[in-house]
Amino acid sequence: MEEFDGEPTVTWIPGVNSQKKQMCFDWGPGEMLVCETSFNKKEKSEMVAGCPFIHIIRKDIDVYSKILRKLFNESHGIFVGLQRIEEELTGKSRKAQLVRVSKNYRSVIRACMEEMHQFAVADKDSAIGRQFSSQVSILSAMELIWNLCEILFIEVAPAGPLLLYLLDWVRLHVCEVDSLSADVLGSENPSKHESFWNLVTTLVLQGRLDEARQMLSKEADSNPTSAGMCRVLGDLMRTMPILSPGNTQTLTELELRWQHWHEECERHLQDGTFASNPHLESLCKVLLGDDAALLEHKELLSNWYHFLVTRLLYSQPTVKPMDLHLYAQSSLDLFLGGESSPEPLDNILMAAFEFDIHQVIKECSIALSNWWFVAHLTDLLDHCKLLQSHNLYFGSNMREFLLLEYASGLFAHHSLWQLGVDYCDHCPELGRVSLELHIERIPLTTEQKALKVLRVCEQRQMTEQVRSICKVLAMKAVRNNRLGSALSWSIRAKDAAFATLVSDRFLRDYCERGCFSDLDLIDNLGPAMMLSDRLTFLGKYREFHRLYGEKCFVDAASLLLSLMTSQIAPRSFWMTLLTDALPLLEQKQVIFSAEQTYELLRCLEDLTSGRPLCGEPDAQQLQDDDIETTKVEILRLALARNLARSVIKEGSLEGS
Amino acid sequence: MFVARSIAADHKDLIHDVSFDFHGRRMATCSSDQSVKVWDKSESGEWHCTASWKTHSGSVWRVTWAHPEFGQVLASCSFDRTAAVWEEIVGESNDKLRGQSHWVKRTTLVDSRTSVTDVKFAPKHMGLMLATCSADGIVRIYEAPDVMNLSQWSLQHEISCKLSCSCISWNPSSSRAHAPMIAVGSDDSSPNAMAKVQIFEYNENTRKYAKAETLLTVTDPVHDIAFAPNLGRSFHILAIATKDVRIFTLKPVRKELTSSGGPTKFEIHIVAQFDNHNSQVWRVSWNITGTVLASSGDDGCVRLWKGNSSVEELLLYVDTLEFSLRNVNSEIF
Repeated sequence: MEEFDGEPTVTWIPGVNSQKKQMCFDWGPGEMLVCETSFNKKEKSEMVAGCPFIHIIRKDIDVYSKILRKLFNESHGIFVGLQRIEEELTGKSRKAQLVRVSKNYRSVIRACMEEMHQFAVADKDSAIGRQFSSQVSILSAMELIWNLCEILFIEVAPAGPLLLYLLDWVRLHVCEVDSLSADVLGSENPSKHESFWNLVTTLVLQGRLDEARQMLSKEADSNPTSAGMCRVLGDLMRTMPILSPGNTQTLTELELRWQHWHEECERHLQDGTFASNPHLESLCKVLLGDDAALLEHKELLSNWYHFLVTRLLYSQPTVKPMDLHLYAQSSLDLFLGGESSPEPLDNILMAAFEFDIHQVIKECSIALSNWWFVAHLTDLLDHCKLLQSHNLYFGSNMREFLLLEYASGLFAHHSLWQLGVDYCDHCPELGRVSLELHIERIPLTTEQKALKVLRVCEQRQMTEQVRSICKVLAMKAVRNNRLGSALSWSIRAKDAAFATLVSDRFLRDYCERGCFSDLDLIDNLGPAMMLSDRLTFLGKYREFHRLYGEKCFVDAASLLLSLMTSQIAPRSFWMTLLTDALPLLEQKQVIFSAEQTYELLRCLEDLTSGRPLCGEPDAQQLQDDDIETTKVEILRLALARNLARSVIKEGSLEGS
Repeated sequence: MFVARSIAADHKDLIHDVSFDFHGRRMATCSSDQSVKVWDKSESGEWHCTASWKTHSGSVWRVTWAHPEFGQVLASCSFDRTAAVWEEIVGESNDKLRGQSHWVKRTTLVDSRTSVTDVKFAPKHMGLMLATCSADGIVRIYEAPDVMNLSQWSLQHEISCKLSCSCISWNPSSSRAHAPMIAVGSDDSSPNAMAKVQIFEYNENTRKYAKAETLLTVTDPVHDIAFAPNLGRSFHILAIATKDVRIFTLKPVRKELTSSGGPTKFEIHIVAQFDNHNSQVWRVSWNITGTVLASSGDDGCVRLWKGNSSVEELLLYVDTLEFSLRNVNSEIF
């Protein structure tokens, strides 16, 4: 039922006691906690010697994080750009554009590689340095694979140009020819340099025949006996027919010419032209594509795909893409010679030569520990319309799956999470739900970060996430007694219940301290006030205080009364409101009209009537509490007096 | 591939559980030394112990965090037959300077007559609710109706499992298409080999939890159980730690139009069974997106199992395709 492609790699945790073999653990967004334990659940546990450790495991990506961050950032830019230009691309320009994107990705990889190489070299002898080195190799392998995929799948090079691309590929990735060349040429007598022939051979193996000829001429200069042979060989090199870009000859023409040239080389070999110089004879055999001769230079070739390309160059220059895999397989077999078995990289390259894209992706997913590579490559190949959706095991959903796995890793990072959002956005099927899961988990360490996260959610109408995040922040604020903050988060969350709760706390605060905190916030609630009745009351009550402060007594009075009559004010607060009315009742001028006074009286009666209204504590309190009783009496007196004065005022003629 | 850092836990006895909070910036540990410790991660990534207190009069088996929407709340369960709910109190400024915080007990749940083996909070959309399971074979579900008053919890349901229970898992799906579901595992080793995994579902009509399924193929003691997070699937994925790692899918069978009363029927398929631990598997746990499963066993390894395809594929091919999980490039030894 399960397939195992390769053994898992083992990470050792230093300090884990191998006697105690059981472990409990928990996943976190970016890390895992692991702890030694014992699962026998017996109450009596043997006392452990020494205290247990908690091990925190995280992906080692962090070690290279500064350098990789650039990779992630830049590739993110390329990715988003690709998604956006998708619709505009048609026909020939489409292919050119996609190739350009591919090259952009590759240049980003190279830049990262070079930077990491600097670190590796600087720190050569330490463990860190070695880690950087190995990371450089991994990046190099990634670029190798990507480049091949670009040639075969995106450029879709046809027979003829195909070989040229493959030659470029090999030259880019294999052999440090240039440094060797500098070494040899820089020496006093280049042709006598111990690596001279290696250099020449390498140049020939890579099809750099002009440079090889120059080398041969140096040999001819310094060694007159071989001058003749060098010239002949040099001529052969010069006349080798090769397809150059922009050349208008057809493949058939090229094949014909090449065949003649090949025969000419063969003739020279048969005639023994180079018989007296084994180096030159070997080179001639290389030009003839002789497998045995090529394999003699295994060390210079250094790997089977170089061997493959050289073979093709000198035996099948017009190889068709669909025939590549045959030569690839035989090259691999010949090169390894049964001594060793293919490594993961070899399998990936082979799958590419077989044009088995799905296998390439699958193998890369397994071989590489991070998702960056497969995610971006698969996305690009999907844009090339190469992932058929009828093959549902790895359908177009594979693209989303890989992109989202990659994005998951980004969300754990304190700033790269923003890149993760874009990747989710471009996954129409699963992106949204994945984003919903991840965005709630982002730790909101600063207000600024919280606002950024919320903006992301609001832009995408993720109302539940907005509500949840604001609720978490509001709850945190309440527990830290930052009521203003709590209130503004509740409003943003549109959480009426919590807004009510916070408003209650504000009011309680006011009762205890006699003043409001966070006046700014309450004064500027605006339409948000409507979120909950209690919040409306809070806002209006504060407005009452403002009006009073501005001496707009009549307005203040009306507002105060309306708070009670409209039932917005909680009954528990009515006593406070009535007490607030006292100064208005005591004013020289009559503020409350007769009708309003009647209303106030009614409210007071309501409060004090002791009606068994589900055991209103206020009614009970009023009856028991002396201070309350006194208050009530004062109120009654003030209301009565006001009533009298208002009746008189209203009954009199104007101006009297 | 992975790097490990170690911090001295300072517990005086075995640690039985470690638990991250929702955001991964705090963690809790519980131990046979009867205490719970809370650790906070600083800006620089260092972990500091900010609280340590005695929680029970017996070994503490599990500790778990409530969703931060409810504040800073922990629950613990113990051999002393109780479970407890704890809330962090914002301390005096002195404490803050010293980087310490206080946790107070809000309630003790004393209904169990035997060791309480697991405690788990329900998904947040169900409110502030938790479930405990005990060696007496009963799963108890409690609710705090007033989120601002954590001292009031009421026992809402008692589910009898008939076997000693070792672990529970809530289905995290908040889709309205799924009724609340809880899976219970039993490590009962008595020879009446009854099925060790039971799944209960809440019924809106009867307002009770009823047994929906039993996983008949699991007959060995079960040590841990975990529903996978749901990425919009219509079916559920359940991982089980028993003598090996097993993963099941549960696909709800469409209810007949007439019989809306009973619990959902499920098509159950086993999609993976791994015995790489070569021993009992004790814990299983999913990552946030439910794409990777971690397991630990007697072999001292934590293994990560990665799904190799988008889960949507699984939906289409649950009958014909084997959901092949690959032991991903990591064992942590």
